[in-house]
Amino acid sequence: MSNLSQAEINDQVKVLFDEIFNRTEPLKKKDQLRIPPQMMPTQDENVRRHNLEEVALGYSSEQARVEAMRCIQCAKPSCIDDCPVEINIPGFLKQIGEDDFQGAIDTIKETSLLPSICGRVCPQESQCQLHCAIGVANKDVDKAVAIGRLERFVADWEREQGAIQPPEVKPETGKKVAIVGSGPAGLVVAADVRREGHDVTIFEAFHKLGGVMRYGIPEFRLPNDIIDQEISTLEAMGVKFEKNFVVGRTRKLMDLIKKDGFDSIFIGTGAGLPMFMGIDGESLVGVFSANEYLTRANLMRAFDSKNSDTPIYHSKNVAVLGGGNVAMDSARMALRLGAENVYVVYRRTEKEMPARVEEVEHAKEEGVQFLFLQNAKNIIGDDKGRVKEMECLRYELGEPDESGRRRPVVIEGSEFILEVDTVIVAIGNGSNPLVSQTTPELDVNKWGNLIVDEKMKTSVDKVYAGGDIVLGAATVILAMGEGRNAAASINEMLHDEIISETADAID
Amino acid sequence: MAKILHKEKLSQDVFLMRVHAPLIVEERKAGQFIILQTNEEFGERIPLTIADANKEEDSITLIFQVVGKTTTELSQLNIGDDLPVLVGPLGQPTHIKNYGKVVCVGGGIGVAPLHPIAQSLKAAGNDVTIIIGARNKELIILEKEMKEIADKLIVCTDDGSYGRKALVTEPLKELCENEEAKPDMVIAIGPPIMMKFCSLTTKPYGVFTQVSLNTIMVDGTGMCGGCRVNVGSEVKFVCVDGPEFDGHLVDFDNMMARLNSYKDIEKEAAHSCYVDKQFEKKLEETS
Repeated sequence: MSNLSQAEINDQVKVLFDEIFNRTEPLKKKDQLRIPPQMMPTQDENVRRHNLEEVALGYSSEQARVEAMRCIQCAKPSCIDDCPVEINIPGFLKQIGEDDFQGAIDTIKETSLLPSICGRVCPQESQCQLHCAIGVANKDVDKAVAIGRLERFVADWEREQGAIQPPEVKPETGKKVAIVGSGPAGLVVAADVRREGHDVTIFEAFHKLGGVMRYGIPEFRLPNDIIDQEISTLEAMGVKFEKNFVVGRTRKLMDLIKKDGFDSIFIGTGAGLPMFMGIDGESLVGVFSANEYLTRANLMRAFDSKNSDTPIYHSKNVAVLGGGNVAMDSARMALRLGAENVYVVYRRTEKEMPARVEEVEHAKEEGVQFLFLQNAKNIIGDDKGRVKEMECLRYELGEPDESGRRRPVVIEGSEFILEVDTVIVAIGNGSNPLVSQTTPELDVNKWGNLIVDEKMKTSVDKVYAGGDIVLGAATVILAMGEGRNAAASINEMLHDEIISETADAID
Repeated sequence: MAKILHKEKLSQDVFLMRVHAPLIVEERKAGQFIILQTNEEFGERIPLTIADANKEEDSITLIFQVVGKTTTELSQLNIGDDLPVLVGPLGQPTHIKNYGKVVCVGGGIGVAPLHPIAQSLKAAGNDVTIIIGARNKELIILEKEMKEIADKLIVCTDDGSYGRKALVTEPLKELCENEEAKPDMVIAIGPPIMMKFCSLTTKPYGVFTQVSLNTIMVDGTGMCGGCRVNVGSEVKFVCVDGPEFDGHLVDFDNMMARLNSYKDIEKEAAHSCYVDKQFEKKLEETS
């Protein structure tokens, strides 16, 4: 979050770089603690609010090495424990400090397969950076070592070198694994299972791969090129892709085993079932789920109105309901699509917002207006059934609820009118019921999430699941963590099968 | 990729295509639809109901009217060309059972999705009356196919150039009024305004009436909610809960407004539906 120009950042880092790396006596812990956090260079807010280019531009190698030297190599690093895929964080930070970028990316890849994605979209401030000793010493989590930015730096560095080395694949086992959904969970399972030599096919309902990373997260946060790169690595490993294939409809889930000879299935279909407020006026023209709005803009390329055949609503005044990352993405996309006023309407305060701090800051810089302690009461249409305005209510914070957040309480008689022509509902997703409805054998909980055991196995033999379809709407990295566990279970099961088949053959 | 195996022009703007899609052929049931794109990179996703399937050549039949950019591009594809994106079958199949006497009403291009449903209803032992309507003789499609199924076939044209000069609601009303012919179930597929008025026609007689909705869709799997409609007091997604609903409960006015969400910004020349206009005109005259 920096408003410094690239040149100013470069000048600052040059001085620091010389102090740290061109010194005679070794750097002490107290010197390290004094190194200021490195600002992330960003596109100018007045420019970026009109384009889809990435907002955060990435560290220079000097910045990366300076930032990495802020890590004091704790004896008991909390960052590793707080990472869902347990990356050896102090290890790769040390290697960056030593100018061994290849070593650093190799360290990350021991446990994480999609570092250029995680480095961009992980909520590091609530994971690896949360208990970072440097943040604690500075009494500010935002001053922790910027682990995510450094992860992104080495991943980008490797990509820019040209040749990404795909992970080694063991000899073919003859076992076939089907993966349903090409989102973050599915991609991780594909890589981990393929590495063991199993034949892997990913089935994707859409015409493009990447799941929520493609249709949901906008390019200004996660460029398509990055997703394409990760997918081409999987292709190089021999993973096969079947697009335009809705498992459950195009083929029944169990038919993949019964008719097509798959030995195991992983379900990673995500949380694609948009929730609505249940208020009057939600069916008016101009009310969208965030899923629809973002899918049109991202996957269907409606942002590129010259080329895309998919239309997107022309808005002047937009209200986004919700306070998560999806709400931020929707608000910032609406600005980029030409809206004059974009309001994020959230019934608690900024402190309770689930969105990443960085995304909120970026949104503010770009001109998104935040209406805290307010919420929609109903949406009012004109005589053509189009959104004309939204009636809102004001709230105050009361006692903490079961989530520990103070519960917003409506202020009676506080109704007021917000003039908007578009309302984007971004209050979360339920689990998409398509697979469970068409596969009655699968057990689901009352929210429709698939029930799995500690091995990520569903109620059906050989069928595993992970990511949002199990967790409810969560994050890319949590989905990857689940994928990793599921892949380990699938590999173990197939390994046991191979052993017993071999034993049978010998008998 | 799905290869186009056959293409023919049924009437002025209406085309029939058979497309190679073995997996869809295996799974599809009457009432289900597919989503297609004519361009993978920038194309729009449009839903089309599956009109028929052929197991010998592993093909599904699509019948469409040229109304916008995607259907124009689709009509320009030829035998041997590949359709870059084809996904399905989507939606809930029609609930087929022996109701007794059923009336199937198809308007314009709506006769295409009605065909497999009428076929299945007949196979389930129903007495099937089929009413098909169009603007004029030239726009009547699948008459021969429907005749093969129907116990009774009624053809209407707006201009009287063929069959009876009437809107489809007229013979429908007569059937409802006739104690002997009164249907146990009506299914109406066509322009929204036709389905609305078919539902209004049968409502006073308490005849269960199903309609098949064709709303704006993006993914077709329940993810975007763009296809949502008010059905009674509930919000339903056409793509996963439908496409068929109880016509007496559907909020057609809201649905029609939502269908026109992008009308002012559609790039292609605004398509003005003649059938809609005729209905509106006639209704003004009669009311």
